[in-house]
Amino acid sequence: MVKVGIVSYGAYVPRYRITPEEIGKVWGVDGKGMGRGLYILEKSVPHPDEDVATIATEAARNMLARTSVPADRIGALYVGSESHPYAVKPTATIVATAIGASPRMTAADLEFACKAGTAGIQVSMGLVGSGMAEYAVAIGADTSQGAPGDALEYSASAGGAAYLIGKKDLIAVINKTVSYTTDTPDFWRREGQPYPTHAGRFTGEPAYFRHINAAAKMMMEDVGTQPSDYQYAVFHQPNGKFPTRVAAGLGFTEEQVQTGLLTPRIGNTYSGAVPIGLAAVLDVAKPDDRIFVVAYGSGAGSDAFDITVTDGILEYDRDAAPTVSKLIEDPVYLDYASYAKFKGKIVMQE
Amino acid sequence: MASVAREWREIPGRYNTVGTKCGACGKIYFPARSLCPKCRRASVGKMERYDISEEGEVYTFSVVHDAPDANMRMKPYAVGMVKTTDGVLLTGQIVDIDPHRIEIGMPVRTVLRKIYEDGESGVIHYGFKFVPKW
Repeated sequence: MVKVGIVSYGAYVPRYRITPEEIGKVWGVDGKGMGRGLYILEKSVPHPDEDVATIATEAARNMLARTSVPADRIGALYVGSESHPYAVKPTATIVATAIGASPRMTAADLEFACKAGTAGIQVSMGLVGSGMAEYAVAIGADTSQGAPGDALEYSASAGGAAYLIGKKDLIAVINKTVSYTTDTPDFWRREGQPYPTHAGRFTGEPAYFRHINAAAKMMMEDVGTQPSDYQYAVFHQPNGKFPTRVAAGLGFTEEQVQTGLLTPRIGNTYSGAVPIGLAAVLDVAKPDDRIFVVAYGSGAGSDAFDITVTDGILEYDRDAAPTVSKLIEDPVYLDYASYAKFKGKIVMQE
Repeated sequence: MASVAREWREIPGRYNTVGTKCGACGKIYFPARSLCPKCRRASVGKMERYDISEEGEVYTFSVVHDAPDANMRMKPYAVGMVKTTDGVLLTGQIVDIDPHRIEIGMPVRTVLRKIYEDGESGVIHYGFKFVPKW
C-alpha cells in the first residue's frame, strides 16, 4: 500500500482569553468550580476581526512556512468547521487564495461538528493515496458558539490547525485510519440559529465515550497494537475531563495524553481541537514515536488514526513557524463585557 | 461601500500585499499599477508582479478613537505605516496589541483579518493587518 502521511503542519490560536470564573460572575454561577469540573482554566476568544477564514489561513501559512513545497502544488484544500463565516460561499476558496494554492485545484468546506478537520485529513489521504492530488491540505478550525449562560459558554473557544498531506518527504506516516459513525443527535445547530443545542448528559456515554471507545478499539484490533505501543495519544477534548477519562478507560496513561491536551489552556476549539492537539505532539515528537489519535464529532462519529513519526522530522524546519506552546504563551485576558463585545453578543445600533 | 467586483479585483493586494515592480527603473508600487508614473511609456509591458515582504517595522502610527461603524468593537485601535523589509511603506491596522504599547521601529508581520462586512447579509471583505512579530 502507498504510504501517505503528514508533510507539514501549522496551528493558530487567537491571543485573547477569558476564565470560567469571569463568565460565572455574570450568571451567578460558581465559575471557578465550573472550570474545575470541566478542567478548563481559560478559553481562547477571537478578536472581532477574526473568523474561521482568517484562523484557517494563519494555520495554513504556518504550515507552508515549515516546508519547501510550493503552494501551487496543492491539489485540494478542505476546511472543516461548524462556524464557517458564510452559510453559502466556501471558506476554502478564501484560504486557498490567501496561501497561493488557487486556482488549479479543488476545494470545499466540510462540517461534522468537532471532527470536520480529521474528516478533511481522511479525504486528503484518499486523494493523495489514489494519485488524484500530489498534495492536499486539511484544516480544522472553529470560532465555536456557546449561548450566553449555557454550560458551553465556559468551553467554546477558537483556534485551528492545518495539515499538508502527501506521499514524499513525510514527517509522519499515517499507518491507518478507521471511523465509527452512527446517527446520534447529542448536539446540533439548526440553519439560521446562532447557538447550538445539546442534549446535556446524553453527550457523554452514548455519544462521546461510545464512539471514541469503539473507534479506538477497532483501530488497535486492526493494527494489532495496545496502548503501551504509543508514546502519545490525542483524544477529542470538549473539556479537560472527557479525554483523560476515555484515555484511562482504554488503558492509556496520563503522560501519553498530557502533551496533546490543550483544552485546559485554550478551551474547546471544536474542529480545531484534535488537529491542534496533534500539532502540539508533533512539536516535540522524535523519529519512531507512535501517536494514537481519535477525534469525535457530535451527530455522531469518531475518526481514529495510527501515526508513526519518521526520520524526516529531524530535517523538518519546525522553528519556521510558532509551536503550539509559543502560540499560547502570551495571552491577553478579557472581562465578560469585552468578551461579549468581541463575540458580537451585544446588539449594536444599525 | 465598494462594489463586490471592485473588491474582488483587489484581492491579490488585499490578501497578500502583491504589488508591481517597474522593469525599467526597479521602483516597487503598492497597490499594483499597470504603468510606472516615472518611466511612463518605457514601462509599458515591463510592470512585473512583486510580492512585497510580509515583515517590517512600524514607521509611524496613529490611535483612532472615533471609529467607523465597522470598527466600533475594536476602538481605540491603531492604524500605522509599516516599512517592510524590502523598503515599501504599507498602511494598515495594527491589532492584537494595546495601541498604547506600540512603538516606532517595533517589528510586525502581516496577517489576514476581516476588514469589514457589508451588513448581516452582504459580502465579508478580508485583507491584511499587522500584528507584533512572533
